[in-house]
Amino acid sequence: MKDTVKPIDKTDKAQGNGEERLSILQRFRMSALDLATQLAAGGALIIVFLYLSFASPVFLTFNNLFNIVAQTTVTAVIAIGMTFVIVTAGIDLSVGSTAALAGVLGVTLILHGMSWPLAVVCGAVIGAVVGLVNGLLITVARLSPFITTLGMMSVARGVLYIVTGAVAVYGVSDDFGLLGQGIIGSIPIPLIILVVVAVLAHIILSRTRLGRYTYAIGSNIEAARLSGIPIGRYLTVIYVLQGLLAGFAGMIASSRVTSGQPNFGVGLELDVIAAVVVGGASLFGGQGTIIGTLIGAFLIALIRNGSVLLGINIFYQNVIIGVVIWVAVFWDQFRRRRLMTSAS
Amino acid sequence: MPLSEQAPLIQLQGISKHFPGVLAVDDVSMDIYPGEVHVVAGENGAGKSTLMKLLSQVEYPTRGTVMLNGQPVHFSGPRHAQSLGIAMVYQEFALAPHLSIAQNMFLGQEPTRLGLIERGTEVRQARELLKRVGLNINPRRVVSDLSVAEQQMVEIAKALAVDAKLVIMDEPTATLTGHEIEELFTVIRRLTERGIAILYISHRLDEIFRIADRVTVMRDGKVVATLPREEIDEPKLIRLMVGRELENLYPKPETIIGDVMLRVEGITRANILHNCSFEVRAGEILGFAGLVGAGRTELARAVFGADHIDAGTVWLNGRRIRIRRPTDAIDHGIGYLTEDRKKNGLAMNLGVDQNITLANLPMMAGFIDLGKEKRIALRERDQLRIRTPSVRQKVQFLSGGTQQKVVVARWLETKAQVLFFDEPTRGIDVGAKAEMFELIGALAQEGRAIVIISSYLPELLNMCDRILVMWEGRVVGSIPRQQFSEERIIALATGAKEVEAL
Repeated sequence: MKDTVKPIDKTDKAQGNGEERLSILQRFRMSALDLATQLAAGGALIIVFLYLSFASPVFLTFNNLFNIVAQTTVTAVIAIGMTFVIVTAGIDLSVGSTAALAGVLGVTLILHGMSWPLAVVCGAVIGAVVGLVNGLLITVARLSPFITTLGMMSVARGVLYIVTGAVAVYGVSDDFGLLGQGIIGSIPIPLIILVVVAVLAHIILSRTRLGRYTYAIGSNIEAARLSGIPIGRYLTVIYVLQGLLAGFAGMIASSRVTSGQPNFGVGLELDVIAAVVVGGASLFGGQGTIIGTLIGAFLIALIRNGSVLLGINIFYQNVIIGVVIWVAVFWDQFRRRRLMTSAS
Repeated sequence: MPLSEQAPLIQLQGISKHFPGVLAVDDVSMDIYPGEVHVVAGENGAGKSTLMKLLSQVEYPTRGTVMLNGQPVHFSGPRHAQSLGIAMVYQEFALAPHLSIAQNMFLGQEPTRLGLIERGTEVRQARELLKRVGLNINPRRVVSDLSVAEQQMVEIAKALAVDAKLVIMDEPTATLTGHEIEELFTVIRRLTERGIAILYISHRLDEIFRIADRVTVMRDGKVVATLPREEIDEPKLIRLMVGRELENLYPKPETIIGDVMLRVEGITRANILHNCSFEVRAGEILGFAGLVGAGRTELARAVFGADHIDAGTVWLNGRRIRIRRPTDAIDHGIGYLTEDRKKNGLAMNLGVDQNITLANLPMMAGFIDLGKEKRIALRERDQLRIRTPSVRQKVQFLSGGTQQKVVVARWLETKAQVLFFDEPTRGIDVGAKAEMFELIGALAQEGRAIVIISSYLPELLNMCDRILVMWEGRVVGSIPRQQFSEERIIALATGAKEVEAL
């Protein structure tokens, strides 16, 4: 009796059958509040962009825009990984240390004669190994993601200092700089990298089982378990992916200064988490998108860049960023409450 | 076709399930035939839900075999059960609220091509299955937007998505309204016509008689009887469900019942409590009986000020009092011992002494009077016989019964005159239970008014002077000790219509 799922009806008769019509929002399988958050963040991004275009003569110059893109690529690539982690209701505090570890070890490999593209791959793999340890501690030793990655933040940084003696690694050839500073035509290579990573991540998150289960785990882990999803395996893969992207981003960061800096990325995890949260992801899991994260990352980057261009004291930047995080999350919760009450 | 001429779809043979200290399912054998609605009935804790979890492979049996179409079933988790065509509709819905209907329905078995999920196929198949359960909504909608009834239909459609031959429903009507229940029954009939077997857990008598082809009654983990619908009526079913002899484990203390101490009138909370009134006298032990979800805990919490109420008044010793929050209740000498001691009752990391004085700290000149705190703790320890190596011991290291006494001690320190005990014996062993009831009896003898909420009826029958029965947020009966009858209370608590016949 294999008739439960009928052969697929090629003509989509939904509308003809009198099935309820969906609004544009529902068509995109996005609840109104997700869109509202993204519109708000996206709108803020556009407003800040336009404002800076008029307020600063330097802002729209190629050099400045290039700088913003190159800076943001490092944060955004890690934030893309963090989107997966946060959608599962997890967190990864170790990404800054992981990026530094991979970035410095990768540069060291080049100094030992490895070709730089291979070293970039190795850097990413080093990050993935760190992510694997995180994943196993979370799923096998059953430590909370916060504690696991808090520990790893310290361990990875410590290992890096032990290996390098806390001294920066210089002396690689300028070829390596291509990754973080290169230009093809008039398009910065970091931008190309970011677009490729973002498109791949978007497809994974929206079109593959890995992505689907990422949402399912964060939305209702019990439902995921009862549906027979091997949760531990998927969570581990997600932390490996986060480590991989952090390692890769660490190599981009090293390439920008053609050296390995042991102090790179201290506090970076907070910028990354801020980007994801401003982009509409919930720390309680179940929601978040790659496009939102990109908007969040660029919004924060523009605010930092604009503050510099407009001569705002650097200390005020931090205050502004903090307030933006509050406003973004408050807006999200406000919308959510409103929708909840209007629905019932 | 009569059932006896068919081959059974599923046969349970001598299935047992041990949990630490409990035999939840005890040597159960039963058959389930294709196309039948097989109801499993029984009191709270009779082992129904555990049995369902065994079938859906959320739990593995300690002993016994399950046969599917004559073949023994290998146990390896819920996914395997699904692949065999055994699907479960959970009481608390196991849906991911952020995902769409279609995504939920195919969770764990998405149609993919080249690693990508075929979303079009997913939606089309989901639409087909939704139609089969009579739900004409777009499968792209997010689950959190759906009503409870719609979510349940999605759960059932999800069961169909795994090509289920057996659909298990665990009290599916618990959260549905009358009209929605009718729709559910229509869907169930439609499924059985296709040869799908339904295993339906319920303790609502009216439903059992409407929907069942056969009924299996469970009690204390055992199957008492499996009977076709025609061979049972309400009184018989209740007798089978109750069945046991009343043991006199908990001697009723002799108390002098005085004046009305607490009087509650017309407490109403939208959709949860409907015009509930009761009174309890000094020295009286009043029991709240009813099914899980009948509103017993909610009523106690409403009196205690823990939940907002829409209407109702509370009178203490003849004076009307206003209780807006628990602090008000405590100030008036009303105490509430929560059902879940770990979650609401005790600070597990603090010592016995600190827990006892938590609601009423002895202060001196703005500082906690540590000497007095210790004296209070020692006095309570001796009076209630709290077994602890030291009053400074953290309560997390104490047994369940001892923890319960610490909570009682705290309320005695607030000079509480009215005490609500919510499931006071849950999770504590038999010896501790007897001691707990002795303590409750002593508190009543001292002239306090006591209310006990318990799902274990024999406890109430033994201990109480009077039993209040609740059903669906209403007080449906108040029975004095001389008229106690287990059958009658169960009938009231399950909403039976033929109460007078008993």
